[in-house]
Amino acid sequence: MEVLLSIAIGVLTACGVFLILRSRTFPVLLGLTLLSYAVNLFLFASGRLRIDAPPLIRAGASYADPLPQALVLTAIVIGFGMTAYLAILALRALSESGADHVDAHREP
Amino acid sequence: MNSNLLLLAIPGTAFAAFLLPLLLQRFGRVAATLAAAAVIGSCLALVLQLAPAVFAGETQLARLSWLPIYGLDLSLRMDGLGLLFSVLICGIGLLVVLYAFYYLPGSDRMGRFYSILLLFMAAMLGIVLSENLLLLLVFWEITSLSSFLLVAYSHDKYESRIGARMALAVTGGGGLALLAGILLLGHIAGSYELSVILAAGDQIRAHALYAPTLILILLGAFTKSAQFPFHFWLPNAMSAPTPVSAYLHSATMVKAGVFLLARLHPALGGTDAWFWLVSGTGAVTLVYSAATALFRHDIKGLLAYSTISHLGLITLLFGLDTPLSIVAGVFHIINHAIFKASLFMAAGVIDHECGTRDMRRVNGMFKRMPITASLAIIAASSMAGVPLLNGFLSKEMFFAETVGHPQFEAISWLLPLVATIAGMLAVAYSLRFVHDVFFNGEPIDLPRQPHEPPRWMRAPIELLVLLCLLVGVFPAWTVAPLLDVAAAATLQAPIPAFELALWHGFNRPLMMSLLALAGGVFIYALRGPLFAWQAQLPPLRPRTAFERVYRLFAAAARRVVAVLDNGSLQRYNALLFSFILLLGGWAFFSGPAATLRLPTQPAGEAAYIALFALLLGSMGGTLLYRKRLLAVTLVGVVGLVVALIFVRLSAPDLALTQLAVETGTIILMLLVLYYLPAREAPRSSASRLGRDLLLAFFAGGGMMLITLKMLAAPFATISGFYLREAVPGGGGTNVVNVILVDFRGFDTLGEVTVLAMVALASHALLERLVLTAPSHDSDGRPWSSEAHPLFLSMLVRPLLPLTLTVSVYIFLRGHNLPGGGFVAGLITSVALVVQYLANGNLFAQRRLPRNSAGLLSLGLLLAVGVGMASWLFGRPFLTTAHGHVSLPLIGEFELASAMIFDLGVYVVVVTVVVTVLSGLGRLSERAHSQEAVN
Repeated sequence: MEVLLSIAIGVLTACGVFLILRSRTFPVLLGLTLLSYAVNLFLFASGRLRIDAPPLIRAGASYADPLPQALVLTAIVIGFGMTAYLAILALRALSESGADHVDAHREP
Repeated sequence: MNSNLLLLAIPGTAFAAFLLPLLLQRFGRVAATLAAAAVIGSCLALVLQLAPAVFAGETQLARLSWLPIYGLDLSLRMDGLGLLFSVLICGIGLLVVLYAFYYLPGSDRMGRFYSILLLFMAAMLGIVLSENLLLLLVFWEITSLSSFLLVAYSHDKYESRIGARMALAVTGGGGLALLAGILLLGHIAGSYELSVILAAGDQIRAHALYAPTLILILLGAFTKSAQFPFHFWLPNAMSAPTPVSAYLHSATMVKAGVFLLARLHPALGGTDAWFWLVSGTGAVTLVYSAATALFRHDIKGLLAYSTISHLGLITLLFGLDTPLSIVAGVFHIINHAIFKASLFMAAGVIDHECGTRDMRRVNGMFKRMPITASLAIIAASSMAGVPLLNGFLSKEMFFAETVGHPQFEAISWLLPLVATIAGMLAVAYSLRFVHDVFFNGEPIDLPRQPHEPPRWMRAPIELLVLLCLLVGVFPAWTVAPLLDVAAAATLQAPIPAFELALWHGFNRPLMMSLLALAGGVFIYALRGPLFAWQAQLPPLRPRTAFERVYRLFAAAARRVVAVLDNGSLQRYNALLFSFILLLGGWAFFSGPAATLRLPTQPAGEAAYIALFALLLGSMGGTLLYRKRLLAVTLVGVVGLVVALIFVRLSAPDLALTQLAVETGTIILMLLVLYYLPAREAPRSSASRLGRDLLLAFFAGGGMMLITLKMLAAPFATISGFYLREAVPGGGGTNVVNVILVDFRGFDTLGEVTVLAMVALASHALLERLVLTAPSHDSDGRPWSSEAHPLFLSMLVRPLLPLTLTVSVYIFLRGHNLPGGGFVAGLITSVALVVQYLANGNLFAQRRLPRNSAGLLSLGLLLAVGVGMASWLFGRPFLTTAHGHVSLPLIGEFELASAMIFDLGVYVVVVTVVVTVLSGLGRLSERAHSQEAVN
């Protein structure tokens, strides 16, 4: 499981970085989404992987680390906020420059 | 009154009130001048309040904590040296204020001038009163900056700007060296407090880092005091208005460097390195600048080089490093400040009256302004070291110290020879100033008709010249007590026996003085051939050389910036990722070697299938990013797989949140996608593609390795507390939710605030944003003309109450089971947005709340309010309470105040998502109406 998750994080990062480096706004948005998946999974994995041990207090159970989960939960929501803001920024740039290039002023 | 408070009040008053003249200048120049004088006067009064204790031999300290963990406190010290300098700074400051009122043209409103002058004075007071060396450095830098503003006061003149820039570059560079030196000194002594450092002299001198520390600190002092070879900034700073020169270059700015030598002498002095570096620099500066001064035709240029020369003399005295030479150095600081301030002011009067300062044209002024001329002649005689004047006394002491200096036994004739030559040159340039300006025939082609200046413009000069005489004739009754305490504070030891008197009998120093006087007259008599010889020398132009180096650096900096900052986000991102890769690689390979053992949870077929789906989604989405709709769908698949991973790995809350966010993200992407230009993005060039693939490969590979390494490292959690305390302390069994709304509630509050800011910013960006609705998508397929398919809208309506019920349920159970404000908020907002999409604007506008700012405030107020409510019970912010409540029919259930906090979170999340998505949706309405108009 650990190896599989590491591969997943690696691939998500690679795809995210590649897309963020594109010249149009839309792939950058996609790339950011993928990269935040990778980062969230990485943060989550820092609490180690546990199966059938949700951090819900009940008699005689063992628990996964709740702290990374709390961190990641807010990270997911903030990540959405950030993606939304960038999306709107991209539209605004499109409306003002007429192009969806990330460097609007150097439109070919 | 507590004397410590008084001490803090000295720089405190100056810093607090330095803007006063600027604020009062609308009431006229007089108001600004009075304000400046009042501020300096109060500082002087405070200084004098502390003087009796200093004369009684006390060192007064005051301390306010500032950044104690860095060893930086607002700690001040008033001892003899500080007192001497404070009196000079405030006293001459007052005279300069009066003088400047007459000197600057009547059109100048003066507020700006006095405010910068006061800021400078405040910083100078800070330097001389600092007990903490880091604090001293802060003030040191403020003097560099404010003197830049003062020198560049006439900023419309090219000369002023160049001169100011040069002064700032040189003294600022020296300040950097001083910073390094002080950090080393603090490291050696274990403290930045002077009391500790001055007592730790032996430890400092024996330390391996003594030499670099000394050199760095001396660099700071020498640049500030314009010692050779850093002297060239001072003559160029003469482009400042003359009151500024009179202040900065007599008593203050340039004296800060020698002050530092005096201050740190007990800690750093007493070694061969100190002796050779300090006295060598001083001697070279002394002779070189005295010789240069003789050849300057500009009055202020002559005075500038003579200032450098006298600073060299003081430096040499501190370098000679005998107790008596230190006393002489301190004494000469006083004397030079007095006669040089008066000479600069006299030069200003002449400039003001004649319109030029060229000594080849300004002649015969004695007839035209006899009083000013007499004053200037006395001050210049003091500068030359003529008996009965203060300059004579300290020069005699200097000559006495050069004779038979212990370090020079082998070549005992050298030092007296150097001193005598310097003395001759000083006599020669003083004589040149007096003879050329005040006698030497008639003036040549002056722009103005000179006469005596206004009565009160002369008053400061009169007072200073009177001091020259009083100190010169009655040294024991005037300056002796101040000199005693200042010298004792400099030496940090009892002062040696010495006699301040005019007559010591026919001894060697007196012979040297007489020789200097005679030699000086002789040199001046030879001025004709000397000037001719000087005129054929290749010109030395430190200013143009400096400018050339400066421009070279500026051009190089511009080229670097042009490479890094070319306005391309792609370039920035590539640089950013490369840098992160470097940092990550360095951390990865240099990290501590721990025993690694990769745990292996059983994977099962489902895990392989999930990984396959994830790879398919992410790589497919990446490869096909030009097919936007397909890419969004594939990325959506990835999001779902991530949610499944959370389910499998015991994180139900994350899974719920991820699912809800995924829905929102897809809606968002689809809305954005609609407006994008229909034409496909062009393909990247091969080299760009190669670079990006390489970066992506290393980033992905690196993250994979780091994850593996992290998972294999030994694991120690800090979550035990949360698991233990969730039920007894937080009243909930869902630990993740309890952490969010209770233990780490403050973090969550910050996060929802960020979300609220996102909503507000998006709202502002969407305001009046108009986009044209495209007629077909990037694949050429036309968009459906049917706005709201009947089937969809009918299906969705009954879903709303159902989803809302679910979200209420999720919210309520959040404290104990997976759920809570974040998830419930996301579910509610998705439900509302889906309504919106399916039924259109008109339907939704009637039902959706539109006042997003109000709702955001409500949510934040709920969260903050419940936090503050705990203050009412005498608890810290955001302390929660919980208890059991029983209601009829429903039974007993647990209620925590954290729920109200969670409600705030819920309201903010709903508002954010609805604002953003419905705002985007509303764009389409505007786009279509635009189309209709067209």
